[in-house]
Amino acid sequence: MELSDFFTNYTLRTITLGTTVLGAICGMLGSFAVLRKQSLLGDAISHASLPGIALAFILTGVKDANLILIGALISGLIGTFWIKGIVRRTRLKSDTALGLILSLFFGFGMLLLTFIQKMPNANQAGLDKYLFGQAATLVEQDVWVMATVTGVSLIVLLLFWKELKLLLFDADYTKTLGFNTKFLDILITSFIVLAIVMGLQTVGVVLMSAMLLAPAAAARQWTNSLGTMIILASIFGAFSGVFGTAISASQDNLSTGPVIVLVAAGFVLISFVFSPSRGILFRELRFRQNRKELHLKKTLTFMYRIVKNHDDITHPHAIRILNNFQGFTKKTLTKLEEQELIKIAGNEWSMTHKGYDQASTMYNELGKSHD
Amino acid sequence: MKDQLPAIQIDDLTVAYDYKPVLWDIDLVVPEGVLMAIVGPNGAGKSTLIKSILGIIKPIAGSVKVFGKPYKKQVDKVAYVPQKGSVDWDFPTVALDVVMMGTYGSLGWIKRPGQKEKKASLEALEKVGMLEFKDRQISQLSGGQQQRIFLARALVQNASIYLMDEPFQGVDATTEKAIINILKELRKAGKTLIVVHHDLQTVPEYFDWVTFLNVKGIASGKVKDIFNDDNLTKTYGINYKVAVTQ
Repeated sequence: MELSDFFTNYTLRTITLGTTVLGAICGMLGSFAVLRKQSLLGDAISHASLPGIALAFILTGVKDANLILIGALISGLIGTFWIKGIVRRTRLKSDTALGLILSLFFGFGMLLLTFIQKMPNANQAGLDKYLFGQAATLVEQDVWVMATVTGVSLIVLLLFWKELKLLLFDADYTKTLGFNTKFLDILITSFIVLAIVMGLQTVGVVLMSAMLLAPAAAARQWTNSLGTMIILASIFGAFSGVFGTAISASQDNLSTGPVIVLVAAGFVLISFVFSPSRGILFRELRFRQNRKELHLKKTLTFMYRIVKNHDDITHPHAIRILNNFQGFTKKTLTKLEEQELIKIAGNEWSMTHKGYDQASTMYNELGKSHD
Repeated sequence: MKDQLPAIQIDDLTVAYDYKPVLWDIDLVVPEGVLMAIVGPNGAGKSTLIKSILGIIKPIAGSVKVFGKPYKKQVDKVAYVPQKGSVDWDFPTVALDVVMMGTYGSLGWIKRPGQKEKKASLEALEKVGMLEFKDRQISQLSGGQQQRIFLARALVQNASIYLMDEPFQGVDATTEKAIINILKELRKAGKTLIVVHHDLQTVPEYFDWVTFLNVKGIASGKVKDIFNDDNLTKTYGINYKVAVTQ
């Protein structure tokens, strides 16, 4: 396929629009899941929706995308409330509850799928596409539904911005201020469930949680502001949709869902390595830089202790006497000379006035902090 | 104070998470204007007591009244300083933002904080000596600084009663002095302060009122009247002397 196909090919344009909107809403709502430490909840919800998908078909006997999504929504919500109920009423921790519900519902869903295989109208069903998603089945109406849900959740988000931010940071405190945390919790969880269910057709039950988490995890690396994080996560999600669809469309046999997820994972990888403040790369560089500077400071204060007992502070000393000090190398001396803190002449070094001033301030500061 | 309602009145309060009660049949009256320490060994239910007063935990039995009414009707009169470790400090926000959260309650639903709320928050930051850190990402603050931010957030609420869960935990001596000075100032202004406290040695110096708690309420009253070996032994058992010397 050519690039121009994006503008002329109606089907491709619909799919791209759909995956873009889906990526954006997943990034937006995924930020909440990540910050509430409910990353796994998305995974559990998407797996929990499988029995609903199968039951919707068994009960109605028709394969209607909307009916199936409603089935998925109901069963996803039931799963979610069971998880919350287990955590509240038993002594099981939430990771156990999530794992339990996830496998229970998914297993039941798979059972129903095999049952459907044996039904006379089985080949009509093709429900297994919900496992890994099939973006090619997106039609204009789906995109409209996605866009509407995105719009509504954006409005709700802006309306309750203050309350949701408070809930994310400190739920108990939110309660003490008189806010109904149960309402807020149901509000945000329902939208997360809705986003997941909308993505099932495109990305599938198994990979859906990555769609929710990857853009948010990547966005967190670049900013210390909640608002910016959510906007960035939406952008990362949308771009994952666009690039993922483009890549899979240009390589005939690649299915769209997994490619979108891989692109999103690419965003995560880049963010974890290259983010200036939290990335691995710059943290390592800063760490090394700090060590080098500490080395210089340490050597200079050692020299200062030798120099300060002399009347003439620029009096030269043998480099040899520095051997007592473990941390010194030829390179440190050159560095110090470059900064005009010391002078080196043959086998002797002497401190400059500039070096003496710096060292004495440092020495006094360090001395103070030891008190 | 004679005809006035007590700041907090607790009757027959019982709380349990599982089968074992964490608090058993607590009766407690906290008069207005005291600076009170809640002391007791680990697992005595000190934090639970505070959370029950605030309605965070639902009791099995009993009632809590704040100036004679249920907490729900008095949310604007009470400020809470949770334990520092109860939140994730890697949350993407800055110090000033956290303090501003203290104004959310009086704003109510949907309404956003404006200039007035920002000004009040900056003043609170100044009071706790954290103004220069207002734009600092909260994970970049030290433990003592984070505790001060929480205190500032409560100050902004401009409440009558302050409930604090171990505000001195993990802070250095300077911060502890700074915090206790602010608490004493608040008491002078007529506020009621209830503080979960661990360091028994500083109780007589910091507080004028004390409640001994160990699942049951042991004693409650003026420090100079009831802070004695008898009550300490009843609360901590025979090992209480270890607690005092450490």
